[in-house]
Amino acid sequence: MARPAHPVGLSGPVARDARLPFRTHPAALDRSLDVLHDLDASAMFSLGVVALFVLAAGIGPLLEPRDPLAQDLALRLKPPLYVDAASGMHFWLGTDGLGRDILSRLIEGARVSLLVGVGGAFLAALLGTTVGLSTGYFGGWYDALMMRIVDVWQAVPYTILAIAVAVILGPSLPNVILVLGVSTWVQYARVVRSETLTQRHGEVVVAARVIGAGNARILLRHVLPQVSASIVVLSSLLVGSMILFEASLSFLGLGVQPPTPSWGNMVLDGVEPIRVAWWVSVFPGLAILLVVMAINVLGDWLRDRLDPRQRRV
Amino acid sequence: MSYVLQRLLHGVFVLFGISIVVFGLTWLTGDPASVLLPLNTPPDQVAQFRHQLGLDQPIPLQYLAFVGRAVRGDFGVSFRSRTAALPLVASRLPVTLELMAAAILFALLIAVPLGLIAAVFHRRPPDILARFIALLGQSVAAPWLGVVLILLFAVTLRWLPSSGADKPQSIILPAIVAGAYSAAGLTRLLRSSLLDVMANDYIRTAHAKGLPTRVVVLRHGLKNAVIPVVTFLGLQITFLFGNTVVAEALFAYPGMSRLAVEAITTRDMPVIQVFVLLAGALIVVVNLLADLAYAWLDPRIRLA
Repeated sequence: MARPAHPVGLSGPVARDARLPFRTHPAALDRSLDVLHDLDASAMFSLGVVALFVLAAGIGPLLEPRDPLAQDLALRLKPPLYVDAASGMHFWLGTDGLGRDILSRLIEGARVSLLVGVGGAFLAALLGTTVGLSTGYFGGWYDALMMRIVDVWQAVPYTILAIAVAVILGPSLPNVILVLGVSTWVQYARVVRSETLTQRHGEVVVAARVIGAGNARILLRHVLPQVSASIVVLSSLLVGSMILFEASLSFLGLGVQPPTPSWGNMVLDGVEPIRVAWWVSVFPGLAILLVVMAINVLGDWLRDRLDPRQRRV
Repeated sequence: MSYVLQRLLHGVFVLFGISIVVFGLTWLTGDPASVLLPLNTPPDQVAQFRHQLGLDQPIPLQYLAFVGRAVRGDFGVSFRSRTAALPLVASRLPVTLELMAAAILFALLIAVPLGLIAAVFHRRPPDILARFIALLGQSVAAPWLGVVLILLFAVTLRWLPSSGADKPQSIILPAIVAGAYSAAGLTRLLRSSLLDVMANDYIRTAHAKGLPTRVVVLRHGLKNAVIPVVTFLGLQITFLFGNTVVAEALFAYPGMSRLAVEAITTRDMPVIQVFVLLAGALIVVVNLLADLAYAWLDPRIRLA
């Protein structure tokens, strides 16, 4: 790919070591910490829910009252608040069709959901940012070709991609993350590209080039920090949908495979005994609803603060 | 005209990409010869078999042969039902299309009134309520929504059937599951789009010349706010399709997605291939229609 023409041809050791005497817009990420000062009530509540969720995912095994995989057919489909007379054990949210404790599985499932949400968004951000930065910066035939690929990619629904991956690689947790990452990276690519285009001939980039910084250095040190606010906002909005996608994929049997509990396959577990035991699928679904709502509220709020231009849908 | 041509070309390009994905499916899942032949087949017979199927040809040639067969509608025979894959899947297509249409209808029935109310009562209780409903819709997992609807309307109230498609009302619950996410997104979009439009000078003029609020909102506001909604529906179709797959699986609704999900468990490749191609084509066509409708609604696009 073509290296952009240098307005001033500097070379030699001085130029290679040249650095800008100031850091360009380090603010984007700092700003996201600053804004924590003026949280409104719903954002505050959402932050609490998300923190609780992350905590549950982080120290899961310490919180689980029972082994989430332990089956006991004598304790099948016990309702919430059930106390086992023989052992004196409490089952706060009841048990599923194999006698497993739903509360423990819910906590274990939080790890899976968090992993999928964050992992998928991270993979998508990595791919999309790389493509977005390079296409926006270099332009030319490379940009034209990549944008056509982005167009095609956007038209392929994630379910179809998931089916393809499940058939080729087999369904599993890493593959779910792979599917979600590769089916959403185009969103990052588009946003990052358009922001990079506006930076390409900006003062900062030209100044860096004048003192001889290379393309990689300009992109990573001077352009990336300026587009990072958009990446943060997009990620916060995507993590919620990733958790929903995981639920759908696992529900279809294309996602996380049993016996590993995920909120999606827990909902599936409850479909068969739906007429006699509503709690088996209602609780994991409520957990999804609560967490995704909280993430969405935080995402919207973050977008309004960091990036008023994106205040759209 | 050049706009229409450009969109058409784009659609063809996307279809070309999808055909590569479909072709890749056969290759990446392993050598068809090793799948189709018994384990202890002598090597020379394997080689002969590969030659018969054209598997010894270079991959680009194999792709061309694949496209040639695909254009004639030949995707091979379903491993499971022993009938041609294309008619098998295509016969289920109308059921899926009907469900998607019902889902879009549901999304519009929810989103248009809700978005209108939210914009008219900007920042007042009805707006807050509408936004909360939209937030719920965007945060609910489709399979779980289906389970809750079954519990409520099929198990407890016994109003609607929980599976199959034998009664006319069977479509209601699956359509809600397939359309809820889009309904929420549409509500938010319509609200913000209407708020943008209502800030225009011509709206103030309409108010100033004494038109009733109802006429201002519906005739001058909504008409212009609908334009981004059309594009949104086009983009939204991929999500709507994804949730249709979930709805068909949960409600045992006899569309083509349910057939495809079954085909995955049995690794029935020809059926999966046809499904991916038909679904891709469907999305391409819907996006094309959305682009054309967009240009028709907004002369600025057409003439730009």
